[in-house]
Amino acid sequence: MNELILSKRFNLKESHKLQTYLSTGGYRSAERALKTMKPEAIVEEVKVSNLRGFGGAGFSTGMKWSFLPKERKKPVYLVVNADEGEPGTFKDRYIMEKDPHLLIEGILITSFAIGSHKAYVYIRGEYVKSYRILQGAVDEAYAKGYLGKNIFGTGFDLEVMLHMGAGAYICGEETALLESLEGKKGFPRLKPPFPAIIGLFGCPTIINNVETLSCLPTIIERGGKAFADLGCEKNGGTHLYSLSGHVERPGVYELRMGTPLRDLIYKYGGGIRGGKQLKAVVPGGMSAAVLKANEIDVGLDYESLKKAGTMLGSAGIIVMDETTCMVEALLVTARFFAHESCGQCSPCREGTGWYYKVVQRIYEGKGRMQDLETLMSIPVNMGGNTICAFADGAAMPFSSYPVKFREEFEQHIREGKCNPTKENHAYAYH
Amino acid sequence: MPTLTIDGKTITVEPGTNLIQAAEKLGIAIPYYCYHPGLSIAGNCRICLVKMEKSPKPIIACQTLCQEGMVVDASSPEVGKLRQAVLEFLLINHPLDCPVCDQAGECWLQDYYMEFGLYDPKFNEQKVKKHFKATPIGPTVTLDSERCILCSRCVRFTDEISKTHELGIFDRGDHSEIGIYPGKELRNNYSGNVVDICPVGALTDRDFRFKCRVWYLTSTDSICPGCSNGCNIQIHVNRERPHHAKGERVMRLKPRYNAEVNQWWMCDAGRYGYKFIDKDRILIPERREGSLFKEEEWEKLLGSLASSIAALFERYEQNALGICLSPQLSNEDLFMAKKFFEEQLGLPQITVLSPSPEGDQDDFLIKSDKNPNTRGALALGLSKVSFEEIIQRIQKGKIKGLYLFGQDLLALLGESKAKEIFGKLELIIFQGSNQNATSKLAHVVLPSATYAEKDGTFTNHAGRVQRFWKALEPLGQSLPDGEILRRLASEMGTLLEFETPEAIFEDLAQSIAAFRGLSYASLGQEGKLLPDGGKVVARAVRHEKEDSRE
Repeated sequence: MNELILSKRFNLKESHKLQTYLSTGGYRSAERALKTMKPEAIVEEVKVSNLRGFGGAGFSTGMKWSFLPKERKKPVYLVVNADEGEPGTFKDRYIMEKDPHLLIEGILITSFAIGSHKAYVYIRGEYVKSYRILQGAVDEAYAKGYLGKNIFGTGFDLEVMLHMGAGAYICGEETALLESLEGKKGFPRLKPPFPAIIGLFGCPTIINNVETLSCLPTIIERGGKAFADLGCEKNGGTHLYSLSGHVERPGVYELRMGTPLRDLIYKYGGGIRGGKQLKAVVPGGMSAAVLKANEIDVGLDYESLKKAGTMLGSAGIIVMDETTCMVEALLVTARFFAHESCGQCSPCREGTGWYYKVVQRIYEGKGRMQDLETLMSIPVNMGGNTICAFADGAAMPFSSYPVKFREEFEQHIREGKCNPTKENHAYAYH
Repeated sequence: MPTLTIDGKTITVEPGTNLIQAAEKLGIAIPYYCYHPGLSIAGNCRICLVKMEKSPKPIIACQTLCQEGMVVDASSPEVGKLRQAVLEFLLINHPLDCPVCDQAGECWLQDYYMEFGLYDPKFNEQKVKKHFKATPIGPTVTLDSERCILCSRCVRFTDEISKTHELGIFDRGDHSEIGIYPGKELRNNYSGNVVDICPVGALTDRDFRFKCRVWYLTSTDSICPGCSNGCNIQIHVNRERPHHAKGERVMRLKPRYNAEVNQWWMCDAGRYGYKFIDKDRILIPERREGSLFKEEEWEKLLGSLASSIAALFERYEQNALGICLSPQLSNEDLFMAKKFFEEQLGLPQITVLSPSPEGDQDDFLIKSDKNPNTRGALALGLSKVSFEEIIQRIQKGKIKGLYLFGQDLLALLGESKAKEIFGKLELIIFQGSNQNATSKLAHVVLPSATYAEKDGTFTNHAGRVQRFWKALEPLGQSLPDGEILRRLASEMGTLLEFETPEAIFEDLAQSIAAFRGLSYASLGQEGKLLPDGGKVVARAVRHEKEDSRE
């Protein structure tokens, strides 16, 4: 096991309490940053650290911060993206529930670095428990003077507001999140302008993921260089991998960036449940292209997975064993995207619904061979042609399942059902 | 000023120009649905996707502002495929009910499909069923959600232009639907515009629905006579199927772009205010004998009218005939009236009387003065006396004859006062296009043409002189006001030269200082401000006030 940065307190008793946090070195980085460092120096350390946004896109955090306008005519806001909705991903929830003060300290350091005095945490609507625990921690921090006015006696003020979403996946897209936070329907915005220039309430805004911000205390504590060294090339630090599906030990694993996918499944996850054979893996949340069993010798980092034709995304790894019907797996995926498309852009609005109906027909045994061509053309016409990355995210699984498991789709169409060994068509959709 | 290349052609444009506008200047038509130059950019329809050098993904032309050195591909087969794909998506849940759709013939789905369509549909599923099928969403507009492509133009219109916020997009994904917020309906002074900007058959005009197929319509440029704003419009006339819509000729009005006046818009009062052109018209010249009206030939009636006027002058004096000109008349008609009544007959009792009291106004298009040419009448110096003064002189028995141009004195003064006034008059001449209570009490009724039935100009509240064109032949035996005056003048032994409205305007521009230098050619499609408009009108208004103080 490698050294734990993000999850080191997860197994402590009452790990979410301020007392626990303080007794394990908590808020010292923030105090040092606020008392002894200049904001620019923090931004510099973050650039050196190779920290990349853990929300899914993997964009350099330091770079993102430096897009803020140099001249500050309006307030700057920090928005924490805690709308963890990517299916197969549950790492941010662990941080908020098990070590909420780590996130708050990260928010404090980041706000100081970017000059923000108000931070909003947009929490996924279903994460009621996360919200309660985080709100409790925020209250503790206020009471202790880590939030509010004149923090650590430095004159720096910071207010932190929690806001719960209402269940729309698209509100995890940063500009849809801003719209939602402003009280509007969650429609992604046209870019440019990017949020760093015009964001929340028309003001410069930095939006960072929960896990990303939780890395800040360590970067301050050890320096950017040391943090970079914890990871692999161009990917600083460790990463929380959400492992789910047909493995013996599903859960959140903190591993060095670039850890082989095979190791995660077999070494850490304990292998496939019941000693069955691996069939497929989705390595980066539902929006990533699926990998076949013989494609798992790949490092879990942005570059390696991109080369393998898929993506690290939100690092939600979904494992499927030999009993899985791939038509059904795609049906679940397609239903999700058809249900969650915001409906703004024509290709995504119409394409996701159309695709779902075709897969459903094949699944129900009413498929035609030419449907496979349709399944290939819809994602091609969706991907890259819309306002936000949702359509790209849908296009990846849409164009990979029917290619990688073509024989299974053909069989479904020919015979109207699965191979007899896969009797568990458990997922009944109507 | 950035210089860029589109389809191999180079152009330099003003900063802030988008790719659609730049391409348009080069004669390259990039298709679009959600983009509208008068609304914010939504970028959602995606049919304006084009390719650009150094850009890994296609970009939308509506949102992309021209920058130095851009190299854009707006017409290659690859770009055509992008458009084909968007059209395929837009049509999968569209009902394809063109044969019963009122938009057919002016539908952007039809038009672009003809150009970029797939012609080999792959869709084999059940279409999404939506809530609003031919549902009225207010007094003027009907919504059909299944035809909607969710471009959001109507939503942006109600947010940004009418600022009334009735419309929104509800639900998500392919179940998204345009709808009305709870407890609201689409009821505002500009609601009809959403039909104009709807590129498909989702929003149709309740007034126009099923009256006439659009391909039977001919369009003539005109100016709305509904108020002094002078919104530029088109009159859509059904010439080819006269049996449709119970023989009505004018089917609808549409706004016409004029950057200086109304941009792309018009108000509902103007839009639906065309009915008088085909309704309750005075069709035949008439003379009252006792309580009955007798139809007369123009020549005979004007001959006897000339004698009546001459007799009036003989019995009393020139002062005994009061003239109430109307700010509904064109500059040309008013100029003819000026020449005839003022110069040739030398009448002193001339005023300009609005047929309607002041009405509502807002800070956008609607003006309280409900006449299209008050400013022109004032600039022509036609208000010699006030209307109140004319009334007083009638009451004192000094004015014995009254020549009205369409005004209904019963409505303006109240029935009892108007009838008392009429009782003191020996000759009431009513020249107008439509019947009203006053026309029924007149001694002589002269049917005039509406603005839609003649050429001319109006001068709007800001002093902008704008052309309107003849869309229709005058109904029945009606004639343009100027022509009636010319014939009457001839019967009275004077010569009023009347060739074409253009020639009249030329004469007007030479003899009236306020109009100096203007001509039909120089007015063009967008009109021109009176060279010294502000001052002239200020003087005229002061003059009128002085009069009323006497």
